[in-house]
Amino acid sequence: MTGPTVEQAITRVHHEEWARVVAGLARRFGDLDVAEEATAEAFVAAAERWPREGVPSNPGGWLATTATRKGIDRLRRESQRDAKHQAARIVYDDTPPEPTGPVEDDRLRLVFTCCHPALAMEARVALTLRLLGGLTVPEIARAFLVQETTMARRITRAKAKIKAAHIPYRVPWADDIRERLAGVLAVVYLVFNEGYLAGEGDDPLRSDLTDEAIRLGRLLRALLPDDGEVAGLLALMLLTDARRLARVSRTGELVTLDEQDRGAWDRTLIAEGKALVRERLEAVAAGGDPPGRYQLQAAINAVHTDAPSARDTDWSTIVALYGRMVLLDPSPIVRLNRAVAVAEVDGPGVGLAEIDRLGEVLDGYHAFHAARADLLRRLGRGGESRAAYDRAIGLAGNPAERAYLTRRRDQLAG
Amino acid sequence: MPRYLLSVYGPAERTEFGTYPSQKAMLQAFADTGAFTERLQRDGHFVFADGLEPATTATTVDGQGEKSAFTDGPYLGTKEYLGGFWVIEAADLDVALALAAEGSKACRGTVEVRPFRTEESVRALLAP
Repeated sequence: MTGPTVEQAITRVHHEEWARVVAGLARRFGDLDVAEEATAEAFVAAAERWPREGVPSNPGGWLATTATRKGIDRLRRESQRDAKHQAARIVYDDTPPEPTGPVEDDRLRLVFTCCHPALAMEARVALTLRLLGGLTVPEIARAFLVQETTMARRITRAKAKIKAAHIPYRVPWADDIRERLAGVLAVVYLVFNEGYLAGEGDDPLRSDLTDEAIRLGRLLRALLPDDGEVAGLLALMLLTDARRLARVSRTGELVTLDEQDRGAWDRTLIAEGKALVRERLEAVAAGGDPPGRYQLQAAINAVHTDAPSARDTDWSTIVALYGRMVLLDPSPIVRLNRAVAVAEVDGPGVGLAEIDRLGEVLDGYHAFHAARADLLRRLGRGGESRAAYDRAIGLAGNPAERAYLTRRRDQLAG
Repeated sequence: MPRYLLSVYGPAERTEFGTYPSQKAMLQAFADTGAFTERLQRDGHFVFADGLEPATTATTVDGQGEKSAFTDGPYLGTKEYLGGFWVIEAADLDVALALAAEGSKACRGTVEVRPFRTEESVRALLAP
């Protein structure tokens, strides 16, 4: 009876229940190591027993019970020398999660613990993928192109810091939550971007990472349904991911937005993303907080998906939205994106003049040279365009992007 | 309750007013630091605190060899030196970080927060 159905059930339950089981155990035992390892053991037990005994009627409950038992066994084994200490640990917190709404959800505490600002960004990403996403250490190592031992060490060190420095397993206080949530969203978006346009390596797309980021985004949305930026980030990821299939050609070349086959865009993801954008527009119109950067980026992507063809894109709205983003975040990369949109409205000359003002800070950034190359080409300045493409190709880490830039360069006349 | 060392780092270069730009600024920082320390005492966080003389007054001792070696100056040659510290008790790192931010503002210095070893961590160290 080891049919694909049991295997599929385990995969599904792993997706749905992993974070909940780890988070519940973390609360009960006050120890992330115990929580994670006991949960992993429970899934191993499920993989062994469910094909023989069938999938239990309440798989999540079965896993939580099994994992708790494994956790207690583990603590017993570990603390033989100190019975009193062990007893204290096991009764650490046996209360069921308080039914006071999603903000008390164990998984939310786990998110804020994994993304604590006292941890290095790379450690936050790794911990989040491990403890909330349930990815194995080798999977995370592969995704970020580091040695397995390096990744294992990174996770171990982060968990040791959480323990030794007493990083609390708690949702932050109300006045901190907004600030801390920004860090959580940054982690999720980083995972997404690494999957959507991998900075290094041979795979232009890593759908395992984009899928995982969207899953984390949906989880955050379920836990914090009233937060505009949570909705904005999920919408942004959905609308971006909807274009995934149209984004790389059969020959492995990046296809830019204006050349994409819009029929290949995923309409279901677009509908879901646009519904979130609409919800946020209504909330802002009803006097809610002004939109943050993820909501604005989602809105920009919604404008793109609204256009039946690239020609029909409402570029003035996009320029206006980027204008609002510049006010929130005047970073050179946001200004670069705005300048590219300005070129569509006011012509390549105006866009190029804006871009050239960013040269000093963005000289090491491939997208800066790629945008310049394109505008120079449209202005008929072939020699300068070629030089800019060369710079961009030299700096681009993603193979699909390099292939695209190389073709554009080689198409230049003369 | 967990204990943390909040160490204050400041530049090695000093004016006649220590690490402060003027006498007025120095006196204000002393007053703010004193007020912060009193607040730690009032709220039950305080264990011990003090300021240090400049790093140039330090002597480094190595007694590991047959004969002890004494060297003038601090152990590490850096641009920033430990200028003073608080030892506090706080429920968790978030509380300690919030206090460190207040202390940093009061004394006009950068603060490093480090947990002290606990019985539990020593036990883990001794575990086979």
